[in-house]
Amino acid sequence: MAVTSLTDGVVAPTHPLVPSRHRVVERSLEASDISTLILEPIDRPISAFRAGQFNMLSAFGVGEVAISISSAPGSSDKLEHTIRDVGAVSHALWACQPGEIVGVRGPFGTDWGIDQFENKELVVIAGGIGLAPLRGAIRQLAIRPPGSSRVVVLAGARTPDQIIFGNELEGWRAAGIDVETTVDAADSDWKGHVGVVTQLLKEVPFDPPLTTALICGPEIMMRFTARALIDRGVDPSAIFVSLERNMQCGIGWCGHCQLGPYLLCRDGPVLPWEPITAALIEERER
Amino acid sequence: MPPEPVVIDRGGVDALIAALRSRGYRTIGPVVRNGAIVHAEISSVADLPAGWHDEQAPGSYRIHHNEDDDELFGWAVGPQSFKASLFPPASIVWRGRRDSGGVLVEQATDEAPPEAFFGARPCEVAGMSVLGTVLSGGAYPDPNCARHQSSGFVVAVECGAPASTCFCSSMGSGPSATEGFDIALTELTSAGDHRFLARAGTEKGQSVLDEIPQRELKEKDREDRHGVIERSREIITRHLDASAVPSLLARNLEHPRWEDVAERCLACGNCTLVCPTCFCAATSERTNLSGEIQLERRWDSCFDLAHSYLHGGSVRVSTRSRYRQWMTHKLSTWVDQFGMSGCVGCGRCITWCPVGIDITEEVSAIAETDGATMTNEVPLQPSEA
Amino acid sequence: MEEMHDLIGEFPLFSGLPKETIELAAGCAHNVAFDTGARILTEGHSADTFYLIRRGRVSLQVRKPSGKAIVIETLGPGSVLGLSWLVPPYRWHFDAVALEPIGAVAVDGACLRGKADADSSFGYGLLQRIAQVLLERLQSTRERLLDVYGSDLAH
Repeated sequence: MAVTSLTDGVVAPTHPLVPSRHRVVERSLEASDISTLILEPIDRPISAFRAGQFNMLSAFGVGEVAISISSAPGSSDKLEHTIRDVGAVSHALWACQPGEIVGVRGPFGTDWGIDQFENKELVVIAGGIGLAPLRGAIRQLAIRPPGSSRVVVLAGARTPDQIIFGNELEGWRAAGIDVETTVDAADSDWKGHVGVVTQLLKEVPFDPPLTTALICGPEIMMRFTARALIDRGVDPSAIFVSLERNMQCGIGWCGHCQLGPYLLCRDGPVLPWEPITAALIEERER
Repeated sequence: MPPEPVVIDRGGVDALIAALRSRGYRTIGPVVRNGAIVHAEISSVADLPAGWHDEQAPGSYRIHHNEDDDELFGWAVGPQSFKASLFPPASIVWRGRRDSGGVLVEQATDEAPPEAFFGARPCEVAGMSVLGTVLSGGAYPDPNCARHQSSGFVVAVECGAPASTCFCSSMGSGPSATEGFDIALTELTSAGDHRFLARAGTEKGQSVLDEIPQRELKEKDREDRHGVIERSREIITRHLDASAVPSLLARNLEHPRWEDVAERCLACGNCTLVCPTCFCAATSERTNLSGEIQLERRWDSCFDLAHSYLHGGSVRVSTRSRYRQWMTHKLSTWVDQFGMSGCVGCGRCITWCPVGIDITEEVSAIAETDGATMTNEVPLQPSEA
Repeated sequence: MEEMHDLIGEFPLFSGLPKETIELAAGCAHNVAFDTGARILTEGHSADTFYLIRRGRVSLQVRKPSGKAIVIETLGPGSVLGLSWLVPPYRWHFDAVALEPIGAVAVDGACLRGKADADSSFGYGLLQRIAQVLLERLQSTRERLLDVYGSDLAH
């Protein structure tokens, strides 16, 4: 098998499994096991993305994982990814320091559909690292002119030191977004909410029949949260979740990310709760 | 108005193989090896399995040689399909190495010559079409698959001897060849006149066929071909209601039959290996001792426990859930994902299953008690009642 | 000055109940306020008076021998603060500390129990409402036990 050689280190591959090299220009630690990397392209930049989509990030020599893009679309925002250290590949990515090189392929998947949410009520509910795939969308909403949709952000985390993007929340509040956070447990230094994120729904006035909800977090949290919203009168088809399954290629070739009729890399990860998604994730071993 | 078919003889088949080879095609066709009819590069008609016949049943495959006849295609299908050409079992996609500036990545290119797929059954032709749609028909076409398909040459051979495990007629993929081929042959042996009706399906096919020694089609040849196809249809005993199956399975995900088949299934994955349309692949990065990084893509199976690995465990742990995934994907959710069924009715999964699980029988069993669900209650002991 | 029965009638615990029922309960209630940091309930003390929070947030806490207390849950406007008045041994299980200035309706638990003993349909209606609160608190607690953001258990 012949191997094409490079010219000036720039590769223009036709094969969709070949990553585009990116350099880490900045790394910030959001929590002990969560870091955000800011990336700049060495090879071709990825094409324009929409909030909610993901890239396949490669730690060369270790492997590749699907990670949601946590920056907002638009040239003023550099490409950012927030990574939680949960396995060999994510550990390698989480640990990357400025100057190191990673591979990027994307953008893939469906998006939160932010552009459609004009003049409506939008409730964004995040659990843990789930705030990262929503951050791009929230940043987009924060720069909208006043008088656009009313936006509420509810974010849950395990403990106060696990709340990510804490320094951005004030900026979102200043932009007119209602932001409330809650934790599962804390000591008495914490003066904020303690309880599940669905409890926060009681504290925040919103009009269920007019509401669109975006939920992202561990699947259990998304299931419980969706049901709580439906109990309060939100239309199930106006609830969107971001699902996760074993993703290896990101381009619909490898068959791993199937969930019933969906290939999550192509038909997801963002999906409406009804008509099908609820049944899929409520079934065992699907 | 498509051009008239012509008739060639065994010598014509030899000439066809030679014509393909002279055009630079690596010609792959059926040969007998290790007790089965498998694919290998062929150079003449002498390589073909003349006089060989197969008997297939759930979990059973045998071939035998008949000294008296010289039928070239008197068998159904072997364990292999041409999937391996469009989608190799293992391939290196890219290589990388670290240098002073970081990492250099080079795409590995495949410079294999174009292939002629000789002796492709109509179900195989259909299988290649399905696989092509899956891998090359989406937003990110697989360039290798696309190239092998477009530069390839398909010589289809219609079926005169379907196996008991075949059900191509139910899936609309046989026993006759209707599309997807460059040349289609039908072997005719009536009245001791061993010949082949040959028709071109493309201009590419026609230009090759024009070079082959041939004679004009007679009405008798046309009738004999019709007879072969009709007889094949009658021989086929297994059936599946292809239009009803997708919704049947979608509404029977909790049917007790899944538990029943799980008690028999070994989760060995043979069915996925022999299936002409199974496309699951695992990608992994490896580093060798000299520091070269390779991305390997290789065949995977949904029967593998690691296939659905997520956050420290697998989603589909039980054999029941994995068998259900395979069968509902193949016959039902494939339609949602790709717009057609994943099954072409070749019957390989039935033949090559070590315990003889028959996908058509499983469908019938579910259809018979459509809507039945599992109960977890166990019958009470007399003392408890 | 708002009538007590209108006031408590707005709380999920009482809203929608018949007017006579709410009047009965109102007889056991009066308005109170607390400053930020005030300890409203003390673990181990007799569970006499419970509170319907009108304004501000309260932290349910458990004290440790040394170090900071652990916050179990925070409750806001509309919540019932204190449930142990309902069943023996009528003792509080946690501290409740005001995180903000609190406006609340204080309800005499013994008084309410007495009225429930005397009028069983009043008692049943009250218990149904309290069961709702208990179920929500239990579910919230169970969900946090799952530790969905932390452990491998929940994935």
